[in-house]
Amino acid sequence: MATKVFMEALSPTMEEGRLVKWLKNEGDAVKSGEALAEVETDKAIMELVARGDGVLRKRLINEGDSAPVGTLAGVIATADENIDALIAGAGSPAPAAAAPAPEKVVAGQQETAGASSVPRSGEEAQAEASTPPQQKVADIPPAISGGAPRTPVAPAAPAGNAAPAKGDVRSSPLARRLASERGLDLNGVQGSGPNGRIIKRDIEAAAAAGAAAPRAAAAAAPSAPVIPREGDFHDEPLSSIRKTIARRLGESIGPIPTFYLTAEFDLTRVMEMRKAMAELGDEFKVSVNDVLLKATAVALSQHPEVNAHWLGDKIRYHNRVHLGMAVATADGLIVPVIWDADRKRMSEISREAKELAKRARERKLKPEEFTGSTFSVSNLGMFGIDQFTAIINPPEAGILAIGTSEEKLVVVNGESVVRNRVRVTMSCDHRIIDGAVGAKFLQTLRRLIENPLMLVY
Amino acid sequence: MPVITYRDALGAAIREEMQRDDRVFLMGEEVAVYQGAYKVSKGFLQEFGEMRVVDTPITELGFAGVGVGAAMVGLRPVIEFMTWNFALLALDQVVNAAAKMLYMSGGQYKMPIVFRGPNGAALQLSAQHSQAWESWLAHIPGLKVIAPGTPYDAKGLLKSAIRDDNPVCVLEGEMLYNTKGEVPDEEYLIPLGKAELKREGEHCSIITHGKMVLVAMQCADQLAKEGINIDVVDLRTIRPMDVEAIGESVKKTNRAVVLEEGWEMCGVGAQVVDYIQRDCFDYLDAPVVRVHQADTPMPYAKGLEKAAKPDLPKAIAAVRKVMYLD
Repeated sequence: MATKVFMEALSPTMEEGRLVKWLKNEGDAVKSGEALAEVETDKAIMELVARGDGVLRKRLINEGDSAPVGTLAGVIATADENIDALIAGAGSPAPAAAAPAPEKVVAGQQETAGASSVPRSGEEAQAEASTPPQQKVADIPPAISGGAPRTPVAPAAPAGNAAPAKGDVRSSPLARRLASERGLDLNGVQGSGPNGRIIKRDIEAAAAAGAAAPRAAAAAAPSAPVIPREGDFHDEPLSSIRKTIARRLGESIGPIPTFYLTAEFDLTRVMEMRKAMAELGDEFKVSVNDVLLKATAVALSQHPEVNAHWLGDKIRYHNRVHLGMAVATADGLIVPVIWDADRKRMSEISREAKELAKRARERKLKPEEFTGSTFSVSNLGMFGIDQFTAIINPPEAGILAIGTSEEKLVVVNGESVVRNRVRVTMSCDHRIIDGAVGAKFLQTLRRLIENPLMLVY
Repeated sequence: MPVITYRDALGAAIREEMQRDDRVFLMGEEVAVYQGAYKVSKGFLQEFGEMRVVDTPITELGFAGVGVGAAMVGLRPVIEFMTWNFALLALDQVVNAAAKMLYMSGGQYKMPIVFRGPNGAALQLSAQHSQAWESWLAHIPGLKVIAPGTPYDAKGLLKSAIRDDNPVCVLEGEMLYNTKGEVPDEEYLIPLGKAELKREGEHCSIITHGKMVLVAMQCADQLAKEGINIDVVDLRTIRPMDVEAIGESVKKTNRAVVLEEGWEMCGVGAQVVDYIQRDCFDYLDAPVVRVHQADTPMPYAKGLEKAAKPDLPKAIAAVRKVMYLD
C-alpha cells in the first residue's frame, strides 16, 4: 500500500518548512524510519522520515522550496504500484499535466493571500509547493520568499491534510499526553497502530526526527552573514527563525500591555558565597547568572501569581516553575527551558544552563527543550549592558532582564562604599500582574539575592 | 538456601505457627490420620496430638462453622478444605458468618480464621472440580484473599494469614503442590496486600497471581528471546489488591495483559483493568488484554480442557496483541 510523505510539523511552532535537500532519489528503496529529506523548520534543520516501506516513487517538493505543514511531499509505494491518483491533485509533472495551468497556481496564491488566516486546503498547498521551477511563472515568487504576505496559521490549527479526516485522528491516551507535553500536533504524525492509531513509538519517531537534526544542521547551518566587500549592502532573505521571532515578538509588543519595574540588588553576599564555594574546588564554581536563575526560580515558586500564562479567556497559574533562559545564537534568539528550576540544586541549574546554551548555539535543542517555560529570564550582563527591558515571551506573564554586575559606589549608613550591584528589570503583562504584585515579587527576589543563604532555607 | 516443595512450605508455615502459638489448630477432612489429602500436614498428628489436628466428617458447612465459633472465643483455627470446590457448601459460614462477624458485632468479635485449600483446575477433574474461586471470595468485604504462586510466597503469606485477626482465604494451586523453590530456614513473613514484581521489563506488564505466575514467567522467558521484556507483577494478595504496584508497572510499560485462571465475567482481571483505566489512563498505549478460562464449564475431554484453559501460547498471543505485533 502506498504511503504519502507529508511535510510534517517538526517543531511545535512550525507552520511551513523549507526542503533543504532530498536524501533519497526517486526509485530508491526506503524503510520506515529512514530519513528522506532535510527540512529547515523555524527552529532547526530536521530530518523528514519515511512512515512506510517501499520505493520513493515521487518527490513533490523541490529542493530549496518551502511548503506548509501538511503538504504532500512525496509518495512511497511498491515499484509497480499505480500512484497516479495519489499525486493527481498535487500538480503532477506527468506528461498529461506537464503544463499546469498557471492560472491555477496564481489562483492558489491569491486565495492564500485573501484567506490568509485560515489553513489552506491541501490541494492548494500541493499545487503551489510542487510546481517545478521551470513551470513557474516569472511573477510568482517561489514559496520560500512568501510572495503573498502570509499570516501564519495559529499553531493549534489543523495542519493541512495529514490527518485522515477532520476530527478522526486516532491516538492512544499515552500518545496524546506525550504529544501535548512535547507540543507536537497529532495531525502531523502518522499512526502505526491498528486503524492508523498514533501510539507512543510514532510520537517518539516524530521527536527523534527532531533529535536527529544536529548532524544535518552542522552541514547545512547558514554561516554568519558576510558583508560583500564591494557594495554598501547585501540582502538576505528572512530565515525561518527570523520570521518566527518577528511574528512572536510582534504579537507581544502589540497586544500586551506591558509595564516595567527596575530594581538594583546588592551582590556582596552572592560574591562572598561564590568565592567561598570556589575555594572548595573548581567543581563548586557557580556564576552570578546561576545564582540569579536559582533565586528567580525560588521567588517564582513563592509567587505563583507571577508564574502564569495569559490564555485569552483565562489565566493559567503554574504550580511548577519551568524557567526559560534567552540564549543568543548565530541565527537568533531561542529560549531553552530549565524544567522544575525551583526544585533543582544550584549545581544542577549551573550545569543545565551551560548545556542548554551550548546546544542552543549548536542548534541541537529538541522541541521539548525549548517549549513549556512558565517565566523567562534574559541576561545581557556579559555585554556590559547596565539595564534593559526585555520583551515578554507570550503567553508568559513576565520576563526578567538582567544587566551587568559591577562595582559601584553606593551609600550605606551614610558612608560611601564600593559594592557589587546588579540591575534587573521585570517586564510585566498588566493583564496578569499589577504593579504591586510585580513589586512584591522583586522584593522577594531581592531578599534571596542579598541573602543567598535563604536559597537553602 | 534449602529448596523445598510448595506443599512442604505450606506445612512448615502451619507447623511454625502451631509451635509459636498454642491457640492455632488445624481442622478438616483427612488432615490428621491420613496426614492431609495433599500431605500438607505430614507428621502433624504425631507432633501436636488430636486436640490440635482434628479430622472431621465430610461436612464442610459444619466444620467451617465450628471454626468460626472457635475463632469467636479466641482460638486461631486453620480450616482445610480438600478443595475450594467443596468449600462451596461452606460459603454461608465463610461469607455470612466469618466475613461479617467483626462488623455485625460492632467490633466485639475478632475473626482470626484461615480457610485454605487447593483452587483452580488440575488435570481432567471435570467441570465440578476444576474451578478458580478467587473472584467469588474477593467480592466479599470482610474477607482477605491470597493466592501464592511460589513456595517462598506460600510460606510467608500463610504465616501472615494465620497471624491476621481477620478471616483469610488461602487459594493454593493444586498443580503447584509439587513445584519447588528456595525457602529459607529462618522465619520470615510476607505482608498481606503487597504484590511483588517477579521480573522486570519495560515493554509490557503481565499482572497475574497464583498458578498463572509460572505461566507468566515462562511467557517472559520466551518473549525475551525476541527482545520483548515483560514486567511480571504477581499480585499475591487478591484482596486487598496492591493497586500501587499495578500502577507503577503499567505506567512504566504502557501496556498490560491480565492473566488469571478464572472465568472472564466479573473476574479478578476485570477489577485489575478497572484500576488500570482509572489510574493509568494517560499512560496507556494500547487497550489492556485479558487471558482467562473459556466461558464454559471445564470440559473433561483432554483436548477440550486444554483449549479452555489459559496457558503459555495464549499468554504469548495476548502480549503480541497488546504490543501490536500481530
